Amino acid sequence: MAAEVVMRVWRGDSSGGAFAEYRLPAQEGEVVLDVVHRIQATQAGDLACRWNCKAGKCGSCSAEINGTPRLMCMTRMDQLPEGPVTVAPMRTFPIIRDLVTDVSFNFEVAKQVPPFAPPPRPEGGYRMAQVDIERGQEFCKCIECFMCQDVCHVIRDHEENKAHYAGPRFFIRFAELEMHPLDTNDRRELLRQREGLGLCNITKCCTEVCPEHIKITDNAIIPLKERVVDAAYDPVAWLGRTILRRRKASPNEAAAHGR
Amino acid sequence: MSVEGATITPVRLGGVRGGPAARTLRRDRWWVQPAISAVVLTAFVVYSTWAVFVNKDYYVGAAAHRDLISPFFSPCITASCVAGAHGTFLVITWWHITPALLILGGPLGFRLTCYYYRRAYYRAFWQSPPACAVADAHTRYTGETRFPLIFQNIHRYFFYIGLIFNVILTIDAVMAFRLPGDGGIGVSVGTLVLVVNAVLLWTYSLSCHAARHLCGGHVDAFSKHPVRHRLWRLLTPLNARHMQFAWVSLVFVALTDLYVRLVASGAFTDPKIF
Amino acid sequence: MAEYETHDYDVIVSGAGGAGLRAAIEAKSRGLRTALICKSLLGKAHTVMAEGGIAAAMGNVYPEDNWQVHFRDTMRGGKMLNNWRMAQLHAQEAPERVQELEAWGALFDRTADGRILQRDFGGHRYARLAHVGDRTGLEMIRTLQQRAVALDVAVFMECKILRLLSDADGVISGAVGYWRATGDMVVFSAKAVVLATGGVGKSWKYTSNSWECTGDGHAMALWAGADLIDMECVQFHPTGMVWPLSVRGILVTEGVRGDGGVLRNAEGRRFMFDYVADMFREETADSEEEADRWYADHSAGRRPPELLPRDEVARAINTEVKAGRGSPHGGVFLDIASRRSPEYIRRRLPSMYHQFMELAGVDITAEPMEVGPTCHYMMGGVRVDAETGAATVPGLFVCGEAAGGMHGSNRLGGNSLSDLLVFGYRAGMGASDYAEGRTGTPAPNQAEIEHTVAEALAPFERDDGENPYELHHRLQDTMQDLVGIIRTGDELDQALERLDELVFLAGKVKVTGGRAYNPAWNLATDLPAMLTVSRCVTLGARDRRESRGGHTREDYPNADPEFGKVNLVQRQPSGGGMAEEIKIGPEPIPEMPPELAALFEEGH
Ligand SMILES: Cc1cc2nc3c(=O)[nH]c(=O)nc-3n(C[C@H](O)[C@H](O)[C@H](O)COP(=O)(O)OP(=O)(O)OC[C@H]3O[C@@H](n4cnc5c(N)ncnc54)[C@H](O)[C@@H]3O)c2cc1C
Ligand code: SF4
Ligand code: SF4
Ligand code: FES
Ligand code: FES
Repeated sequence: MAAEVVMRVWRGDSSGGAFAEYRLPAQEGEVVLDVVHRIQATQAGDLACRWNCKAGKCGSCSAEINGTPRLMCMTRMDQLPEGPVTVAPMRTFPIIRDLVTDVSFNFEVAKQVPPFAPPPRPEGGYRMAQVDIERGQEFCKCIECFMCQDVCHVIRDHEENKAHYAGPRFFIRFAELEMHPLDTNDRRELLRQREGLGLCNITKCCTEVCPEHIKITDNAIIPLKERVVDAAYDPVAWLGRTILRRRKASPNEAAAHGR
Repeated sequence: MSVEGATITPVRLGGVRGGPAARTLRRDRWWVQPAISAVVLTAFVVYSTWAVFVNKDYYVGAAAHRDLISPFFSPCITASCVAGAHGTFLVITWWHITPALLILGGPLGFRLTCYYYRRAYYRAFWQSPPACAVADAHTRYTGETRFPLIFQNIHRYFFYIGLIFNVILTIDAVMAFRLPGDGGIGVSVGTLVLVVNAVLLWTYSLSCHAARHLCGGHVDAFSKHPVRHRLWRLLTPLNARHMQFAWVSLVFVALTDLYVRLVASGAFTDPKIF
Repeated sequence: MAEYETHDYDVIVSGAGGAGLRAAIEAKSRGLRTALICKSLLGKAHTVMAEGGIAAAMGNVYPEDNWQVHFRDTMRGGKMLNNWRMAQLHAQEAPERVQELEAWGALFDRTADGRILQRDFGGHRYARLAHVGDRTGLEMIRTLQQRAVALDVAVFMECKILRLLSDADGVISGAVGYWRATGDMVVFSAKAVVLATGGVGKSWKYTSNSWECTGDGHAMALWAGADLIDMECVQFHPTGMVWPLSVRGILVTEGVRGDGGVLRNAEGRRFMFDYVADMFREETADSEEEADRWYADHSAGRRPPELLPRDEVARAINTEVKAGRGSPHGGVFLDIASRRSPEYIRRRLPSMYHQFMELAGVDITAEPMEVGPTCHYMMGGVRVDAETGAATVPGLFVCGEAAGGMHGSNRLGGNSLSDLLVFGYRAGMGASDYAEGRTGTPAPNQAEIEHTVAEALAPFERDDGENPYELHHRLQDTMQDLVGIIRTGDELDQALERLDELVFLAGKVKVTGGRAYNPAWNLATDLPAMLTVSRCVTLGARDRRESRGGHTREDYPNADPEFGKVNLVQRQPSGGGMAEEIKIGPEPIPEMPPELAALFEEGH
């Protein structure tokens, strides 16, 4: 282990910024967040950084470490390659200061998700089999670190798409609801028309960065795309609907069929 | 729109981003993966185009005591196919250029619209994005929402077509057990090559995302559809390896063609095993 | 007079953990104008870290289970110091609150017949914890968060409340705080205020708590004239990580022991057999063979001593380490590797496996973990009315970890998440009723605002002064060394002296830089609350001259029946602030009605 660590940390706000270099004695077993804390305590008290749990559970401390989105509290210094470590704020969101970004985009999108709509609760509570909820449970592991949103090139490199793009974090939320055995809402047209499911080109960066190892693309986005094909693109299904004069099932009808 | 309770709240755009305006801050060799994809895909396209247009040596017939057909040319359904290669019930007489071109649309469309290959070529060729956290090479981006890419959505029909080809290539593999004039029925290296090729194509097709959706993924309450759930559970682990199957089957198709080609051209004789 | 951004609501809820969210949902669904304020982002509150589950006597696994049994377990776990009415309401209402979560979309693990699965935990007679793997808190906070968003509750994120405001009649009428992003001050006026600000762990050096657990709510309520009770009762969880130093304190779930993990000292001995108190001897195994039989079949043997209540296990570990039989880094060994197969461990404890693999480079399927006690939970808190969550000052309602009474002197695992739901709901109702009944427009005291703002901004004015990080470290060292798991009168007196000094120094903190997202300044504004709460804990610990639950005095090692009848109540009669005088004295705990008291006589 080197005796000294060299950190290049982004300092700045909306008026501009630059990397600042800090040198500290190395300590065994530290994660990047520890080093940032030591910088705060000894060299730069006002170095802004967001964190809460320091145990990889809350998803607050997302940053771009050596260029890739990572949780600062789960990235061990001794597992990074030799040489200076760069720590930059998430690129996709507007900067507040230093390593802290304004992630309100995600909270706005969250408001657009039509909520869970179950049938009335029967006496003694709902019954659901474990196999019916397992797919949803994978998506519920999400700690909302928003690193998938950050890395997704649809908005990372094309700001204008934010106006009509939910992003991988919310695709898994949609998938959770769409696959819920009790839910009666049908969100497929919403996904197609307003939430930009078609903008995703399944290049899987979201899956690569997810600290919870959620298979975002394979288990949520692609199944959703297939469901949207059912609802909108499948020519045979469309023909069948037209010939049999069947409307698309309304949410309540779908519920009645038990899906 | 059949959604109850959807509210569209406009999001604020703009704002100054943090970090340097560099294309990427990554210092690892992120370009290796897309480079490998690009090389292999290009090599495949070049080889297969050549193979298709030389339009010969794709069939090893009774004269050489074998019945081996290159997957690029099967089913061979034009009158111009070499003797023995074409089927009996469907023969097209008005097609004069290479017969492979007539049928290749099926497997090609299957692979082109495959979720995995899309990822691979969007990254390797279109550079959108070349690698994670490396800037997109294009300023405008509409994803798969417009013509022509919106047609990626009919992938499931190419999947069905792919299944037909799998059946045909499986029949080819079965036929390859016939060694006319060399003991009747037996196994040669060529037989094995065709069998392995067919098996790989099945694994590739069955691990397809559309297959996973159609067999059961569209169901919400698995407990009410036990058969679909069983199927889905069978395909899901295959699906997790779809990428591996995609590469291996791609390379092996080319190798199969090459093997048949070498035997057909007389470079060597297909050794009999038993 | 300066102009501030102002907002007016019927109910403001400070704190967006489980308790605050539940309260806000209730107030909002009653149609009141509701604001939810939290000092980090929505959905990041400490509740997100909870692992094991939510205790609720639904009887899905053991139909014999019912609220009376849960009530009795809770009271016994708390060594009878609990507010009986809270414990009763909690046991009665928890099942409904959990079902409600499911109707809002939570996906709990299921039983074979499709109901909510419940798991075993220390101190609970039956398997009772509704859970989702080892991430129950995440599921709970996300469900509540999504519910609050669906109801369109106004959310103020990264907005720290500094002080509660009262009107001329002393009725709580709002709060003043600042936006962390800009440092700009913001004033809320409200007809009722709910505090749900969570725990206090950040005053200790080794803690499982998150950054936010600085006891702001405890302190703000005290400053506003409310009573605090049982502040000496702090739970140390027996198993926190001890190595590497930087992750020391991070929780190792009780589930490791529930699933077969055992504690060993440096000599390889399963030392817990040496620490079975008389009180538990009857129900605890006395040989390793018997204990090992229990895991597979609870009727084939008695419980292993590793599963004694948290306070017992934590003390035992402490003693082993002090006697020089600890692990290299000052803990003991928690060994599951030699007892269960790697597959079993990875399946049952996925996040523990990853936590040790990623943070310590330890493969828990092959090596033992090093663990030691870590500061975990504050049983004490604001004295509240059981039915409504009303504090002793009008207009103020408190719920969650910030409220006291529910857990007595020791909390059972799983009882906190259910506490958040039950009393979050009740405080939401209480505050709504109060707001609806309140006439006139709340008029917060301007002088209070000016004073608070001036005090908060003072660190920028000083040319020379203390480094807030430095003070925080000193506070943590003090509390860790002197007000830790085992306490003595001398050390507590020493701690009080040091705290006085730190309070003095905290009045001279200096920070540099601007107000926008300045962590040094943010910490400086947390210090008054941390110091106030630390003083309360130390005072309580000094005056409770007995050992009970989470409070252990080396010089008074036994429980004293007289102390068992009283809460130690603390208040600031002559003005609120970290340096103001705190009055402390015993007051009798409410007496249980005979029909409930009878539950304890049957000898179960
Ligand atoms: C690792 C771990 C595991 C646990 N496991 C379990 C378990 O399995 N079962 C169980 O029942 N319990 C468990 N607990 C305990 C339980 O999680 C907590 O007691 C509970 O979450 C406290 O919830 P709360 O709503 O009171 O406050 P918190 O969740 O702590 O939320 C506090 C909120 O208040 C806000 N806040 C604080 N101060 C201010 C201020 N000045 N201004 C504005 N906002 C403020 C914060 O931003 C936050 O939103 C566990 C605890 C830990 C640490
Ligand atoms: S797979 Fe889709 S959502 Fe995920 S990063 Fe790529 S484009 Fe974005
Ligand atoms: S899906 Fe994964 S990467 Fe995206 S926000 Fe959730 S935890 Fe983070
Ligand atoms: S601080 Fe919670 S995830 Fe890093
Ligand atoms: S073949 Fe690749 S996804 Fe269908």
